[in-house]
Amino acid sequence: MKALVAIKRVLDYSIQVRVKPDQTDVDLAGSKMSINPFDEVAIEEALRLKEAGIVSEIVTVTIGASVAQDVLRHALAMGVDRVTLLETDTAPDSLGVAKLLAALVKDEQPGLILLGKQAIDDDAAQAGAMLSALLGWPQASAASKIVIADGKALVTREIDGGTQTVQLTLPAVITADLRLNDPRFVKLPNLMMAKKKPINTVAADSLGVPFAARQQQVRVSEPAQRPAGVLVKSVAELVAALKAKGALQ
Amino acid sequence: MSTLLLADHDGHQLKKATLQAITAAQAFNTPVDVLVLGSDTAAVAAQAASIAGVARVIAVSAPHLAHVLPEDATAIILDQLNAGYTTVITAHTTLGKDTLPRVAALRDVGMASDVIRIHARGQYERPIYAGNAIATIHSDEALQVLTIRATSYAAAAAGNSAEIISRSAPAAQTGSLWLADDHKISDRPELATAPVVVSGGRCLGERFDEVLAPLAAKLGAALGATRAAVDAGLAPNEIQVGQTGTIVAPELYIAAGISGAAQHLGGMKDSKVIVAINTDPDAPIFKVADIGIVADLFDVVPELTRQLG
Ligand SMILES: Cc1cc2nc3c(=O)[nH]c(=O)nc-3n(C[C@H](O)[C@H](O)[C@H](O)COP(=O)(O)OP(=O)(O)OC[C@H]3O[C@@H](n4cnc5c(N)ncnc54)[C@H](O)[C@@H]3O)c2cc1C
Ligand SMILES: Nc1ncnc2c1ncn2[C@@H]1O[C@H](COP(=O)(O)O)[C@@H](O)[C@H]1O
Repeated sequence: MKALVAIKRVLDYSIQVRVKPDQTDVDLAGSKMSINPFDEVAIEEALRLKEAGIVSEIVTVTIGASVAQDVLRHALAMGVDRVTLLETDTAPDSLGVAKLLAALVKDEQPGLILLGKQAIDDDAAQAGAMLSALLGWPQASAASKIVIADGKALVTREIDGGTQTVQLTLPAVITADLRLNDPRFVKLPNLMMAKKKPINTVAADSLGVPFAARQQQVRVSEPAQRPAGVLVKSVAELVAALKAKGALQ
Repeated sequence: MSTLLLADHDGHQLKKATLQAITAAQAFNTPVDVLVLGSDTAAVAAQAASIAGVARVIAVSAPHLAHVLPEDATAIILDQLNAGYTTVITAHTTLGKDTLPRVAALRDVGMASDVIRIHARGQYERPIYAGNAIATIHSDEALQVLTIRATSYAAAAAGNSAEIISRSAPAAQTGSLWLADDHKISDRPELATAPVVVSGGRCLGERFDEVLAPLAAKLGAALGATRAAVDAGLAPNEIQVGQTGTIVAPELYIAAGISGAAQHLGGMKDSKVIVAINTDPDAPIFKVADIGIVADLFDVVPELTRQLG
C-alpha cells in the first residue's frame, strides 16, 4: 500500500511572531522556516508503517513556492521514498490544498493519506476533512494511535475531553496529532544524501483545479495586550491581590 | 437568508459551546435554526427550543446518530441546505472542526475556523499563529461556513419556545465506524467551561496531583496542564491547555510552574485574571500574568491552599 503524506512549510514553532507595521501580514523575512510539526509526525507515522511492512512506498507532497524544497529534503532525510513539489507562488487556502491533493490522488492512488491536524500558521485545521469529503473517503482527525490490518485502520483520536476509537475502511484520510509519535532525529549524513535526491516538481496550475484562496486577508494585527500585572512577595499578598480583583468567591 | 447551527451535545444537554455559538450566530441578523442530531433527540431539542434567539429546532433522530460521525453529520447538513440557508455555523469543538470543512468542500466554498469576532456577514476576526496575531478576513461566498471560538462569546440564555421539526436521517455511511469513547470520569468541573482553572507544568513531576488537586478542590477548579506535563505522563491528555489542547478563558487561571510558551499562552491568555507562580523571573508567563510571584511552587501552592481556609 502506498502512503501519501502532505506537508507544509511554516514559520518554525519556536520563533516569535512579528506583525508587519503596515498590518498586511506577519513578517516572515529572514525567519527560520520548518516543516509543520504535525506534518513531521505524519511522516514519522508513515515511516513506522513502512518499517512494519504495512506501507510499501511513501510519497510526500508540499504545495508552495520553490523554497518549499527544503521541507521536502527534510522528508527525504527522514526516509520517505519520493517527493513532489506542486509549485505555485499563489498560496492556496485549505480548500485549494484539498483540491490539489485530490487531483494528485488520481495519479498516485494511495491507500492511505496522512496530513497534520492543523498548520500552525493559519491554524485552520480544515484540509484533512476537506480532502476526505472531496474523495469520499472516510476520515479520522487528530489521531494519537493508528493500527492497520485487513484493509481497515483502527484509529484512536483526541476529542474534546477524552479519546475516541473509530474504524475506517481503507483508503482513508487520517490527520496526525502530536501524541501519535516522536519524529526521529534527522542525521546530518542523511540530510547530505537527501540533497542529491530528485524532487519531482509540477506546476500546480497544470493540474487544472482552481486553488486560489477564497478569502482575502484584510488586516493582520497584534492581539490585544494585557495590562501589566503586579509582582507579589508573599502568599498573603497574593491572597490579598486576588481578593482585590474579586477573583475569589 | 437564514442560519443553520449544528448543535453539540452529550445526549442529554447542549454543550455550553453551542449556547455560545447561538449568541455568535445572532450577529448575522437572520433566523437561526438549530440542528440536533442523535439517537434520541427529544431532551436536547426541547432545551434548544427554550433558548432565546433560536427560530426553529430541526431534530434528526436515528440509531446510527448515537455517536455522530462527521460523514453522517455532513450528509444531513447538505440535505438541510436545500432549504436555502445562507450560513452554517457551529462551535469549534471536535464535531464542528470535523464536520464543517466537509460541508464547505462539498459546497465548494471557503471556510473560516475558530472565529472570535463577527464584524458583518463575511467579515471575521480569527487568531492565527497560536493567537500571536489576529487576522481579519473577508469572504464573499454565498454560503458562509464558520466555526466560532466558544470562549469569545457569552452563552445564550433560556426564554423561548421555538418550534421543533423532526426530520428523517439519510442512511448511515459505511466507511467509518464508531467503536468507543473514552472520557475520564472526574468529579471536577469540565475544563473548557470551568470558572477557575489550576494548571501545572512539567516541573511538578510525580507530585502533580498531590500538589495541585487540594488547591483545585478548594477553588472548585478544573485541573489543567501543559503539553510538557502531559507528555511526561503527569496528567491525562484531555486536560492539556493550549493551541493543540483545550482553549480556556476562566475567571481565574492559576499557572504553577508553567514557562508560558506561545502554544500554551494561545490557549489561556483570554482568562480574566491570571496568576503565575514560577521560580524564573524571566519566564514568559509573567508577561500575561495579572498577579505574579517569583517563588517555588512547592512552597506557594500548599501555603495558598492553606490560606484560602
Ligand atoms: C506544534 C506545537 C503545539 C504545542 N501545543 C501546546 C499546547 O497546546 N499546550 C502547551 O502547554 N504546550 C504546547 N506545546 C509545547 C510548548 O511549546 C512548551 O514546550 C510547553 O508548553 C512547556 O511546558 P512547561 O511550561 O510545563 O515546561 P517548561 O517549558 O520546561 O517550563 C517549566 C517551568 O517551570 C518553572 N519551574 C521549575 N521548577 C519550579 C518550581 N519549583 N516552582 C515554580 N516554577 C518552577 C521553570 O522556571 C519553567 O519556567 C506545543 C508545541 C508545539 C511544537
Ligand atoms: N501548502 C500545503 N502543502 C501541503 N500540505 C498542506 C499545505 N497546507 C496544508 N497542508 C496539509 O493540511 C494540513 C492542515 O492544514 P490547515 O487546514 O491549513 O490547518 C497540514 O497539517 C498539512 O498536512
